[in-house]
Amino acid sequence: MKALEIEGLEKTYRNGFVALKGIDLSVEEGDFFALLGPNGAGKSTTIGIITSLVDKTGGSVRVFGADVSKDSMAARRCIGLVPQEFNFNQFEPVGEIITNQAGYYGVEPRIARERSEHYLRKLGLWEKRHGSARNLSGGMKRRLMIARALAHEPKLLILDEPTAGVDIELRRSMWSFLREVNAEGTTIILTTHYLEEAESLCRNIAIIDQGEIVENTSMRTLLTQLNRETLILDLKDPIESAPQLNDYSVVFIEPHTIEVEVWREQGLNPLFEALSRQNLEVISMRNKANRLEELFLAMVEGGEAVE
Amino acid sequence: MIRRSELIAFKTIVVKEIRRFRRIWPQTILPPMVTTALYFVIFGGLIGSRIGPMKGLSYMEYIVPGVIMLGIITNAYANVVSSFFGAKFQRFIEELLIAPVPNYMIVLGYVAGGMARGLTVGLMVTLVAVFFVDFEVHSWFITLSTALLTALLFAIGGFINAVYAKSFDDIAIIPTFVLTPLTYLGGIFFTVDMLPGFWQNVALFNPILYIINAFRYGLLGVSDIDVGVAFSIIGLFIILLFSFALYLLHKGVGVRA
Repeated sequence: MKALEIEGLEKTYRNGFVALKGIDLSVEEGDFFALLGPNGAGKSTTIGIITSLVDKTGGSVRVFGADVSKDSMAARRCIGLVPQEFNFNQFEPVGEIITNQAGYYGVEPRIARERSEHYLRKLGLWEKRHGSARNLSGGMKRRLMIARALAHEPKLLILDEPTAGVDIELRRSMWSFLREVNAEGTTIILTTHYLEEAESLCRNIAIIDQGEIVENTSMRTLLTQLNRETLILDLKDPIESAPQLNDYSVVFIEPHTIEVEVWREQGLNPLFEALSRQNLEVISMRNKANRLEELFLAMVEGGEAVE
Repeated sequence: MIRRSELIAFKTIVVKEIRRFRRIWPQTILPPMVTTALYFVIFGGLIGSRIGPMKGLSYMEYIVPGVIMLGIITNAYANVVSSFFGAKFQRFIEELLIAPVPNYMIVLGYVAGGMARGLTVGLMVTLVAVFFVDFEVHSWFITLSTALLTALLFAIGGFINAVYAKSFDDIAIIPTFVLTPLTYLGGIFFTVDMLPGFWQNVALFNPILYIINAFRYGLLGVSDIDVGVAFSIIGLFIILLFSFALYLLHKGVGVRA
């Protein structure tokens, strides 16, 4: 079954700004789906329409078969939302924020309390349950919003920049938690500016730009479109200038580091052979930019990384 | 038919609202009690003793219903306007807007929370009044039904104000420049017979005059106005304002893009 089906979705705001120009999108049940796009591309408007916070001007949206306009209540029951901005009552105790949210979805108080404990423990917030939400750190507030969105155990979880401003260690623990939630059957739609996050978590992806879907495919297919990568090589012995390597463009960064552009058809073996011939020993190698990031920039800015 | 899940949602909103005003009781419950005590000491005791009886009652006794009603009106209104606007301002109203809660349940939930605060303050003010003056309730039914309906009416009014409000100034304008003057001019401290002929007719356009007089009749058995007319006016305003509040929420005014 489709978790989400969007057909010809349009949104024009009262000031005349056209946010969505008739987009089509579908997400399979159980998927971990990335919806990416630059600021102002239409991601938040799309999420707003799916979650009934924004009225559409055209097209249709169905969540697990329920039309968000005609069968709004059924559609809402399926969705959990983690918005980009903190939108809980800062003065309310942490535990009550979760049980209240469950209550709005008709969850019996006893079950709501059990779920509150379950998710607060999972996300490391149980000890904070009696404290006011405003006293939580930024990372804790992000986790609180995830716990809140799961309080009614939705079939579709929408995460809008869930790890913004969160340190890398915490971000990775949140990824692991979200993978677990997805593995238990919850469909997840993720928007993020951390493209490493989307690449690591998501199986399918759509890129939206200026109100239009410019790409909608599997993550694997998308990454195969990447024709050129820029690698940073750390050398064992220092050099004074960039070595001349046939067919490879090399940039000298500093005595122990060079930057090499590698085209897909070139492969890496000839590069290492050329380096060995010049007695240059590589001790480590990494991508200059995240692979998805390179593709993303090419798609939304019309660069040259994609054919 | 109302689903059980909707009733749970309604109860959740009401309990949350009650917890909110209970958590900040020094701002919500205590001030009206202090103000009431001052009214009784200054107007009832010091000034009232020089005014003499009114409609056969001591002045202190006469002002009791109006002072209780003042507490109910201002607190039922203030609770909903500040709570719903706060939810809009901090954007946690979105918690409710994305949930499967029908609009009428959202309005009823907030309104019931406002009624709870209005009636709690009304009860507290009554306890303060009992400390200053002895009185016997003339009609429990009229007293309680007027209190309930008034709390309902002004809680709905607070909701509409909050829907339109875009800043904290907007939630203070109506209570300060409309509600308080109408309440004071609605006969808390005087009977309309004391006004000159023209102003007596003007006073009849003030809906709060009817409310205070209905409550005074229930509590003390005296009124400037026919109680049936008063109930009709309160009922009419409740229907009109509740329908309007629902319409605003349905249209998403102030809450939906």
